[in-house]
Amino acid sequence: MLAIETSGLVKTFGDTRAVDGLDLKVPTGAVYGVLGPNGAGKTTAVRMLATLLKPDAGQATVFGHDVVREADAVRGRVSLTGQYASVDEEMTGEENLILLARLLGHRKPAARERAAQLLEAFGLAEAGGRQVKTYSGGMRRRIDIAASILNTPDLLFLDEPTTGLDPRSRNNVWDIVRIVVAHGTTVLLTTQYLEEADRLASRIAVIDHGKVIAEGTPGELKSSVGAGSVHVRLRDPATRPDAERVLAEALNAPVYLESDPVALTARVTGSGNEAEQASRALHRLAEAGIVVDDFSLGQPSLDEVFLALTDHRATEEAAA
Amino acid sequence: MSTTTETTTTYAPAAEALGMVLAPGARPPRPSAWSASVTFGWRAMLKIKHVPEQLFDVTAFPLMMTLMFTYLFGGALAGSPTEYLQFLLPGIMVTSVVMITMYTGVEVNKDIEKGVFDRFRTLPIWRPSTMVGYLLGDLLRYTIASVVILAVGLLLGFRPAGGVTGAAGGILLLLAFSFAFSWLWTMFGLLMRSEKSVMGVSMLVLMPLTFLSNVYVDPSTMPGWLQVFVNASPITHLVTAVRSTMAGTPDAGEITWVLVSSVVLIAVFGTLTMRLYNRK
Repeated sequence: MLAIETSGLVKTFGDTRAVDGLDLKVPTGAVYGVLGPNGAGKTTAVRMLATLLKPDAGQATVFGHDVVREADAVRGRVSLTGQYASVDEEMTGEENLILLARLLGHRKPAARERAAQLLEAFGLAEAGGRQVKTYSGGMRRRIDIAASILNTPDLLFLDEPTTGLDPRSRNNVWDIVRIVVAHGTTVLLTTQYLEEADRLASRIAVIDHGKVIAEGTPGELKSSVGAGSVHVRLRDPATRPDAERVLAEALNAPVYLESDPVALTARVTGSGNEAEQASRALHRLAEAGIVVDDFSLGQPSLDEVFLALTDHRATEEAAA
Repeated sequence: MSTTTETTTTYAPAAEALGMVLAPGARPPRPSAWSASVTFGWRAMLKIKHVPEQLFDVTAFPLMMTLMFTYLFGGALAGSPTEYLQFLLPGIMVTSVVMITMYTGVEVNKDIEKGVFDRFRTLPIWRPSTMVGYLLGDLLRYTIASVVILAVGLLLGFRPAGGVTGAAGGILLLLAFSFAFSWLWTMFGLLMRSEKSVMGVSMLVLMPLTFLSNVYVDPSTMPGWLQVFVNASPITHLVTAVRSTMAGTPDAGEITWVLVSSVVLIAVFGTLTMRLYNRK
């Protein structure tokens, strides 16, 4: 059975079509990534799936239950960690967990015990007696996730869980997500970071303007846009046009001129070893007498993925 | 003062510890409507515990109202403040408690924008329990205000002829009406865009409602057109009911009016509140 299935899901706010015919099929037991820029409709889609918003059109089911007609059945199996901490900042961490445990039907002693276990497991035992508003960003995220898994939900929505976190806290969240999934919970993760989706998700849907523009495993998506890209910084901005031509020839790929007048980025699309191709391209620059101050070989950025995907779609449409 | 403190020890998620809490035990059955409401009521109490300053409006404000009006009008209207107090106290109690019901709307409005509301709304619980929880917390605040006013009144020489039973009966009647009336504010709390506008609307409703009533003076001294308005005011009905109960001569007609209007208030504004809550 699918954890989530939507077809033609639509939500409009005034003139804006925040979600515009979204089709998703999310299998159970893994992390499913929803990747898109700000305003792509990720949060709106999650809010509809979590029964917080009613869709204007289309269908959505969670474990076979309709999110509108059987909202209560859906609520019994999901839990949500929103973009902003979904806990009461004026209450202590412990009070928040006890409150939720009680609301989920645990009796008082069981609720206390559950709260204590969770605080311990999330490294918040010492901070449990303090108001959540005194917590650091990473601690807030942890208490939030602890609250979300209080009843070991079958499906967990994580809406941009690492936005605004420092690298260490981000790594912690990633580790937690992996452990949660290993215990059988399906996770729907929205993110703006390709790296995050790549590290955690077994499938990714790229969405833009409320629609899915690409879907597949991280490997499939990356191979469709080029596995990596080479970023180059030149000493002299006047040499950039030459550098652009040399790189385009060497890599046989489009070159992006960045807003910084000495920087360019080229995708490494050809088959074979990426590093080898990149170093060959850099060698050609040296042969052409262009001085390179700095270079790096990295993953394509979300911008590049988007450009590639939308380019790809445009060519397909033109061919059809 | 710094509000953010980093933990001194660095945390790293441990698979075993997390595995323990993730082990799927049997999920307990859903809490009953009552149990969920009481849990939210507990949340309201915790908020009072963490921010006790918010009790200022249910202690200092009623105290000020009672003292101010007793000594301001007492001599002129009834010959002496003590004599006036026998007439004024039930009315000033109604005014103060009905005035503080508006904070319910302000609280709801402050909370609704926060992430925690999303969590509550994704829980498989009786939907109105979140709102009922606020009102249970507020009932405590209304009780404190009533008791403060009664205590001050007794100190100043208020002697209700109905005795303990009469005074308690009057307060219970006031609490029942205030609980019902608060649903008007939960509705505005969900409807308005900011706390300030909730306050604005509340004052616009409450000022004329409490002043144009029989709280301060006998309506028979007012011009005819005003009497029509004053006698129709729900506050007048409530004050007459509370006053008569405290005086040991309960007015069955007015008490029935108060109880029936409470039921109507809950039916109408409770329904509207829940409709807004589900749509938010």
